[in-house]
Amino acid sequence: MNVPGTPKPRVAVHKFSSCDGCQLAFLNLGEELLRLAERVDLVHFAEAGPLDPDTDADIAFVEGSMSTPEDLERIRRIREHSRMLVAIGACATAGGIQALRNDADAAGWAAAIYSHPEAIASLAHSTPIASHVKVDFELWGCPVSGRQILAVVNALLLGVGPRDNGDKVCTECKRNGYPCVMVSRGIACMGPVTRAGCGALCPGLGRDCYGCYGPVENANTDALAAQFALQGLDPQAVVRRFRSINSQAPVFLAAANKAGRRRDG
Amino acid sequence: MFSHPDRAAFLPLAKLPSLVAELMARGYRCLGPAKENGAIVMRELESPEGLQRGLQAEQAPGRYRLTSDPHDRYFAWANGPQAIKPQTFAPQESLWRAERDEAGGLRFVPELPAVVKRAVIGVRACDLAALAVQDAHFLRTGRRDAQYAQRREALFLVAVQCAEPAATCFCASTGDGPTPAFGYDLSLAELKDGFVVVSGSDEGQAVAAALDLPAASAQQIEAAQRQGEAAAAAQTRSLPGRKLRDVLMSRLEHPRWDAVAARCLACGNCTAVCPTCFCHAEADVPALDGRTSDHLRTWDSCFGEAHGHLHGFNVRPDIRTRYRQWLTHKLATWHDQFGRSGCVGCGRCIAWCPVGIDLTEEVAALVEVGPP
Repeated sequence: MNVPGTPKPRVAVHKFSSCDGCQLAFLNLGEELLRLAERVDLVHFAEAGPLDPDTDADIAFVEGSMSTPEDLERIRRIREHSRMLVAIGACATAGGIQALRNDADAAGWAAAIYSHPEAIASLAHSTPIASHVKVDFELWGCPVSGRQILAVVNALLLGVGPRDNGDKVCTECKRNGYPCVMVSRGIACMGPVTRAGCGALCPGLGRDCYGCYGPVENANTDALAAQFALQGLDPQAVVRRFRSINSQAPVFLAAANKAGRRRDG
Repeated sequence: MFSHPDRAAFLPLAKLPSLVAELMARGYRCLGPAKENGAIVMRELESPEGLQRGLQAEQAPGRYRLTSDPHDRYFAWANGPQAIKPQTFAPQESLWRAERDEAGGLRFVPELPAVVKRAVIGVRACDLAALAVQDAHFLRTGRRDAQYAQRREALFLVAVQCAEPAATCFCASTGDGPTPAFGYDLSLAELKDGFVVVSGSDEGQAVAAALDLPAASAQQIEAAQRQGEAAAAAQTRSLPGRKLRDVLMSRLEHPRWDAVAARCLACGNCTAVCPTCFCHAEADVPALDGRTSDHLRTWDSCFGEAHGHLHGFNVRPDIRTRYRQWLTHKLATWHDQFGRSGCVGCGRCIAWCPVGIDLTEEVAALVEVGPP
């Protein structure tokens, strides 16, 4: 809680390999962002203006994955300068869409596309922040929602730990009154194995969840993959369901590998 | 419904809009069946003529598909994904707000929903049975839920007899349908040329009287009765008894729980569509200015992680224990709590389970085969 006369908490927003969509969750807060700015000092947030990457911060939000040698050095400096580090978004929590290269011939791709591949300094694997430094809280999603960001900031300002939402997308889907699309349309929805937080955006539009919020606790990927097969998905299509935005999240990775073995076997 | 045939009236097909008009004139917002996102849901009617005809849905475990009734009837559909529950037990609402004043003091302000008179047209016998269970929970003496009570009291229920049960229905076996027996303001049985109408409350009586209807003939009443009997006979699913408490509680270590846990997604859809499930979670949602905080209540599910979370550990860490909790509460310990089973045979948990787990099949397996 802010006490009058004491300095406002210092908040930094850092970016690594990512599309900037999670930073937009801040910027899209609109009026709420102005209210937030009254309660905290935004000391570093390149996309919004303030530039001071090596400054001390009470809360550092980190978007993006570790993808280049320079990233590894920079995240260590950020950790040293931050009291609390919050990883936001699929890139920061699971390596992101760019982690699809982890299982591929990434060097071969670079050589096939670029005339000077030697100019590209990228690591063989794209990895989440927590693989390299201590992360105090992870906010999953691609992108995270403004509502989630506010809930985390609010909790920290009030001096309590942020709430980790362990619900499945289905829970929010039903609260919103959306009929289940797996049942009413027979489409392969990832909702039953995916974390809540998006407000069931895709099922609300009559389409399938594609798992961008990452695996939920007790995700029964075997049962869901079996149901996808019954719905007519071939093994390759089942692999693709799990190997998407969060391909390197261990639960989805294992599910994709298992479905892949069925394809190859 | 037909216990007082002398009081049954007949509403000709063409006069159905006049019933809606009468309800609207009495200040009710009328909800009727509508197609939305591939399912039949209750939506507000814009005009007395707004009731849709010919809706129907084909249901099977894990499957719901809209079809159309070849006879173009008004109520030839069995049910949609929700009963009356969302109209009384809101999926998410703030119960109270905490406010901090300039001096730092705290004030707690109750938040009650606006009073909106709603008439639901097309309520089924199973829905009414479920509503009675929800009433027993939310309106119990000394623990009356203010938000629920406010919405419940403003509700007018137009029930209809089920003539075309879905393949997932088993209300005849639980004793809750297919002909409404209680809990309605008006109850209709749809025949070829109109509706046999029975009122079940003073308000229902007043609405019926305002329509100035002729008495139903003995043939019409008999046709409605036969229709109900045929709908009961057409049901293919059933539970092996109405009081399964002792047998289920003796099967807590049955291997069937492992088998069903391997299939179950723990998505909680069964609990969300169940018309008697009442579990909820509460959380505080502080505003960004640090001055106010809403105390939010949301539907919760025993299939979720937080439901079994106690300080330091989770009493139901895996899907096996969560499914077992749901089934044994619904069909066994519910008897201790409410004097009846928590299942009204609507079959929603079967149709709306994404992997098609069939409650009646699971119960049969648990009950028939003894523990190892």
